Amino acid sequence: MHSTLPQTPQTPQRPAAPEPPDPPEQRRIKLGGTTREEVLTMLGAGAGSLALDWLLYERVLPLSGAFGFLLCWYLLFLALYTLVGRLQWDALTVRERLATALAWSSGLLVLAVIAEQIGYVAVRGLDAARHWNFFTETMRTTAPLSPITSGGCLHAVVGSLEQLGLATLFSVPLGVVTAVFLVEAGTSRRSARFVTPVRVLVEAMTALPSIVAGLFVLGVVILTLGAEKSGLAASLALTVMMTPIVTRAAEVVVRLVPGTLKEASYALGAGQWRTVWHVVLPTARPGLTTAVVLGMARGVGETSPVLLTAGFTARMNLDPLHGNQASLPLYVWNYVKQPYPDMVARAFAGALTLMAVVLVLFVTARVLGRHRAPTERRARRPLRRARTTATAAVPAPAPTPAAVPAPVLAVESR
Amino acid sequence: MTAAVQPTDTRVPPPTPDPDRPRRISAPASPADRAFRGVLRAAGLSVFVLMGLIAFFLLLRGTEALRAVGWSFLTEQNWRTAAHTFGIAAVLPNGILIALIALCIAVPVSLTAALFISEYAPVRLRPALVSLVDLMAAIPSIVYGLWGLFFLQPRFVGLCRWLANHLGGPLPFLRVRGGDTPTSYTSSTFIAGTVVSLMIIPIITSLSREVFSQAPAGEREGAYALGSTRWGMVRTVVLPFGRGGVIGAVMLGFGRAMGETIAVALIISPVFRVSWHVLENGGGSISALIALRFSESDGLSLSALMAAGLVLFSLTLLVNVAAGFVISRSRSGASTSD
Repeated sequence: MHSTLPQTPQTPQRPAAPEPPDPPEQRRIKLGGTTREEVLTMLGAGAGSLALDWLLYERVLPLSGAFGFLLCWYLLFLALYTLVGRLQWDALTVRERLATALAWSSGLLVLAVIAEQIGYVAVRGLDAARHWNFFTETMRTTAPLSPITSGGCLHAVVGSLEQLGLATLFSVPLGVVTAVFLVEAGTSRRSARFVTPVRVLVEAMTALPSIVAGLFVLGVVILTLGAEKSGLAASLALTVMMTPIVTRAAEVVVRLVPGTLKEASYALGAGQWRTVWHVVLPTARPGLTTAVVLGMARGVGETSPVLLTAGFTARMNLDPLHGNQASLPLYVWNYVKQPYPDMVARAFAGALTLMAVVLVLFVTARVLGRHRAPTERRARRPLRRARTTATAAVPAPAPTPAAVPAPVLAVESR
Repeated sequence: MTAAVQPTDTRVPPPTPDPDRPRRISAPASPADRAFRGVLRAAGLSVFVLMGLIAFFLLLRGTEALRAVGWSFLTEQNWRTAAHTFGIAAVLPNGILIALIALCIAVPVSLTAALFISEYAPVRLRPALVSLVDLMAAIPSIVYGLWGLFFLQPRFVGLCRWLANHLGGPLPFLRVRGGDTPTSYTSSTFIAGTVVSLMIIPIITSLSREVFSQAPAGEREGAYALGSTRWGMVRTVVLPFGRGGVIGAVMLGFGRAMGETIAVALIISPVFRVSWHVLENGGGSISALIALRFSESDGLSLSALMAAGLVLFSLTLLVNVAAGFVISRSRSGASTSD
């Protein structure tokens, strides 16, 4: 026990500390981390279960398929690990190690699935995407059996970007204002009642089936108002999907704005409107940008709303107000169901492009979100300045939080 | 001061001063503020309006079909709009079956993944893992569909065949009727459910991770101080504390799984009878039905799809709102126990 204590600064100050009789015996006990036995046990169980799995799966039992093999390997590994662990540790330790192994393996499974998705789509998509014409041509002159060096997804990229831009234009103001409502509504008694229902409904809307959003816009815009299928209708359907996502993400960042900042603004005589516009929103701006870009990343991949509302075309349509407009998810959906290998290759290349757009948006959101910390610092600086001026003006300053513990310590030491 | 007067001096009660009451503070709102609050309230209420509009227009457009077949819309299994025999008695249970299979796979994986992120992963990796889960949620559903159709399905058939041949005896729902060819195991409810499970893992993981990480530090340390291992701490502190949030997350995942469209539509081959044999070729869900039948529909058949959409909408709304209340209740509990 004595050996694990870290060396305190008082020890050298003791006047005549006797030398400890056997200094070389003292070794620091390692508390965390993994020991060699643990690593070796895990490796041994892994290798043993792999061998056993191969023997059973490939030689003894009439089984086939890669997933079955991996599943059996995993189950055998767990069994073998428990057994080998039981030989050297007590039951409690074995359970602890097993829980750790389970947690790690499902974390790794999630990682593997993401890598798998991106990797598989990239490998299959490169068949068509490595020809430059894929990004510079439309499908206007491409017949089902045309070679892979003709045809591309330019019209779908343009359509996707236009629809996404319009949907962002519609959903961001609505989403951000709703988020501000959820945070600020407590100030007026009339709207405070609505906060919980609105929040629950927004949460429910994030899980709204995307096909229902498509059906809704189809029923309103196209069947009732009599408009034709167009990029605008598709962007309205995307708006229904994106607004709740933006609202939820924005509410979190708007709520993070320090209350002292708002109080300072109110104390200076600003109304609620000026406080929100000049203090809350600028402070939350980086986080809001992240919320918006995350919403865009979710919106650009939505297929079913677009499927019902945009129509489909193989040619370029720059006008989102009139006529069918293609988009990337629709492009993939349309060509992957065709029985021609080159068309399927094009669909995979379209999916790769879509994944690239999503990844770019996602990384942008993360990079923008990382700048949140400096904003908080910037937000705090005016406060500190205000505090120092108050100290200068008022003879008995209120104790700052940092100053409170010091007198208490002083009393105790006396 | 009161202590000095209190015990003996009962004859002459001191004149009680008026008790302190909070002064009524009224901040007259400027016209700009009043307009601003109006805008805020309008935005908040727009959510209600939007949901109401969705229900209203689906009902409006679906009335024709509902009137044509009446209550048999809920009991008819077939979907032949030209013959006026159509109903959701097959697609709805099949869709629920897909969602249940997805939950069976997703719940254990997501809960352990959430525990991994909140308890086991190295602290420095946690933000990266959280955003990876977010990324998994942002992968478009059509990519999941492509992956499931071209990558997962051919490698899954062996497992399905083994399950059907060896466990089909004691567990009849795993039986596969018809020939023992590879195609009789493809496009099944089970494979669609597996792909959907991957799509709902991120939502369940991120919501459960949120509630797990809110488990109070004092009780965690208490468990450790009593000699608990990490797993013991998780079992006795983190899991009971997060139960409400986890239930809500699972319900939300179920709602999401019910509404998944494109991946299911790509994989499943639609049949219009209830297929309890989950490994067998054929299945369906309302959303996949809409996506697959939409392009060839007009008039009555489109109206029938709208009616089916209304059923899907009301079911998922019910599940999601219930989940939302469960989650918000568990959140308010979290804020008081700190």
